[in-house]
Amino acid sequence: MENKTLYTITIFSENAVGVLNQITTIFTRRQVNIETLSVSPSAIPGIHKFTITALSETEESIKKLVNQIDKQVDILKAFYNTNDELVHQELALYKLSTEKVLEHGSIEYLVRKYNIRVLEISKDCIVFLKAGHYVETQALFEELAEKIGVLQFVRSGRIAITKSPVERLSDMLAKRSEAEERIKESYNKTKE
Amino acid sequence: MKENDTTNEMITGSEALIRSLIAEGVSTIFGYPGGAIMPVFDALYDCKDRIRHILVRHEQGAVHAAEGYARASKKVGVALVTSGPGATNAITGITDALMDSTPLVVISGQVTSSLLGSDAFQEADVIGITQPITKWAYQIRRPEDIAWAVSRAFYIASSGRPGPVVLDIAKDAQTGKCNFSYEKTIFLRSYEPIPEIDHEQIEAAADLINQAKKPFALVGQGVTLGNAENELRAFLEKADIPFGSTILGLSAMPSDHPLNCGMLGMHGNIATNIKTNECDVLIAIGMRFDDRVTGDLNTYAKQAKVIHFDIDRAEINKNVKVDVKVLGDVKQTLPKVTELVKPAKHTEWIESFKPLYDKEFEYIIRNELYPDSGEIKMGEVVNKVAEATHNEAICVTDVGQHQMMGTRYFKFTQPRSMITSGGLGTMGFGLPAAIGAKYGAPDRTVVVFVGDGGFQMTIQELGTIMENNIDIKIVLLNNNFLGMVRQWQELFFDERYSETHLKNPDFVKIADAYGIKGRKVTQRDELDDAIAEMLSHQGAYLLEVVVETKGMVYPMVPAGGNITNIILGNGYKI
Repeated sequence: MENKTLYTITIFSENAVGVLNQITTIFTRRQVNIETLSVSPSAIPGIHKFTITALSETEESIKKLVNQIDKQVDILKAFYNTNDELVHQELALYKLSTEKVLEHGSIEYLVRKYNIRVLEISKDCIVFLKAGHYVETQALFEELAEKIGVLQFVRSGRIAITKSPVERLSDMLAKRSEAEERIKESYNKTKE
Repeated sequence: MKENDTTNEMITGSEALIRSLIAEGVSTIFGYPGGAIMPVFDALYDCKDRIRHILVRHEQGAVHAAEGYARASKKVGVALVTSGPGATNAITGITDALMDSTPLVVISGQVTSSLLGSDAFQEADVIGITQPITKWAYQIRRPEDIAWAVSRAFYIASSGRPGPVVLDIAKDAQTGKCNFSYEKTIFLRSYEPIPEIDHEQIEAAADLINQAKKPFALVGQGVTLGNAENELRAFLEKADIPFGSTILGLSAMPSDHPLNCGMLGMHGNIATNIKTNECDVLIAIGMRFDDRVTGDLNTYAKQAKVIHFDIDRAEINKNVKVDVKVLGDVKQTLPKVTELVKPAKHTEWIESFKPLYDKEFEYIIRNELYPDSGEIKMGEVVNKVAEATHNEAICVTDVGQHQMMGTRYFKFTQPRSMITSGGLGTMGFGLPAAIGAKYGAPDRTVVVFVGDGGFQMTIQELGTIMENNIDIKIVLLNNNFLGMVRQWQELFFDERYSETHLKNPDFVKIADAYGIKGRKVTQRDELDDAIAEMLSHQGAYLLEVVVETKGMVYPMVPAGGNITNIILGNGYKI
């Protein structure tokens, strides 16, 4: 782990069956482990966005991996970033026993220190939500586990957005629709 | 048939498939029927005059035949198989086609869509299995999706860097009814088959070439796939650049071209390997720096500036770091670079290859091609066959020692004349690929060299040859060994010949049982006559030549070694 950098790989794909399988196969073949994975429809209808994090010793190997992903027919665009180029976030949910929390008596301290939101309180359990970087959600987990005890814990994959002003996909799509017009025009000409 | 074949009548998915294939100009397909593909075979029955179906004896044979067809004809090869075992038998050929960038559309039947995922009879997860070994794999569950999926399949298989595509068609999609309208795919927004030409790259490449004192070019199959043989020749001749070829690039230029220095890689010519590590500018054209070409990357062409022409972005910097990339179709990029390069003469540099060839001739080639005593050599058979065909035949090979002898010693005067399994090294490729090559180039002589090992991996295709009277010349170089493995055992495993000796059947009798004329040759003085008989015979012919048991393919760069550390055998040193 020591000399490895965490890379965030962003992939835009057509909403086709089996794209995830195509992507994970490339990770498997190149022996890169996926740390986190998050998939959702993107802002553009019909296009899905994958955000994958992976550790690597060299940028070179991530670059080659991303090239292989980008090459897949159903993939529109794949690129990678390091943390400093991104705003990124993960979500974590923590379920605790209401009784134990009340015994401990320090909800206010936790809410203020960790910027927690309370999603649910019943007589049995309390559910906290925390958004943040891995270290932040992990620190809260450790403190809760030690002081109160955590009944259930779940963390999402990373979602990330680049700090540059435009989502690079829109440039690419604009270029592609220009290309489409060009290609169709010259095809129709050759047919005549 | 019109390209936009549209009809308002309802037809079955199977008929839609056949009409789609016809719209793509398909005239020959290779296949094998079975339960889940029967509706398609039934539709084919009505279209025998439009589409010729060649019934093979095993699905692996269908795919290799489709590969041979595609490689010889420039067209997309098509194979048609059933679900489950039919499809899994096709896997080897599909992988072979991916490794060697061969355009294929493999159509498999699939169980009825309501049974998918239920472990139904002859169900296999064909998409899951083939996604990693195809350019595109798609399951069709509705008849109305057939036309567009076929259209996409042919576009993807044949464009950019070609490759195999799998269409897995559920049985109810074959029998269900749909309207039919066919439109050729010419664009997919998520897929850019040919990168746009970047003029800065063209200029940078030309600059480097103009400064070069000792340029050397590596010619790969990309030239053949791009039909850019003339463009390549114009480029090499104007800048006076000597070149070596990968095994799949071999017939892109005539063997006797004065700038042709031979083959690259593990069993390539001495000069091409040594000079790769002496040149000042290395120009890779449509090749991918396979490990069998480069050996140890840490010692490969470190002194040279590297220019890489390729259509596939992902190949740039994959194995060898390049100084200048030239992305695009070589048919377009080469002429642009040629325009900018200055006419040059590198006479002294080119002459420096000659002494290395002379050494190779003296230490290896003479003895391999022109022995006057002892057992028959593989190289001598290959050489005699090539000469007897006036170097005009298509040479198909299987995999192993005979393959390396074929690539080293067959000679070429025309493009698309070397059909061999390069990337995957698939034993069993040769015989069915030769069948496909003959259909792809019916006017050419097709010679296939096979070993006694690989021949028996797809020997059942003799049945296909018999049934269809396919005129291919099979040259079986029989050493009763898995020769290449035996060679490695001799060199690297202390001569421990584990499981490499084969007790073989009477091959001529087998050929005879299939009605194929055969002849076995054990003596050198019978060889010329037997080759002449084979070539003048109308129809298929099996020439079995009993060759030296302990023959070795030299020169040899051990796997992963420095390409200048070449084993010459018999105690010779460079």
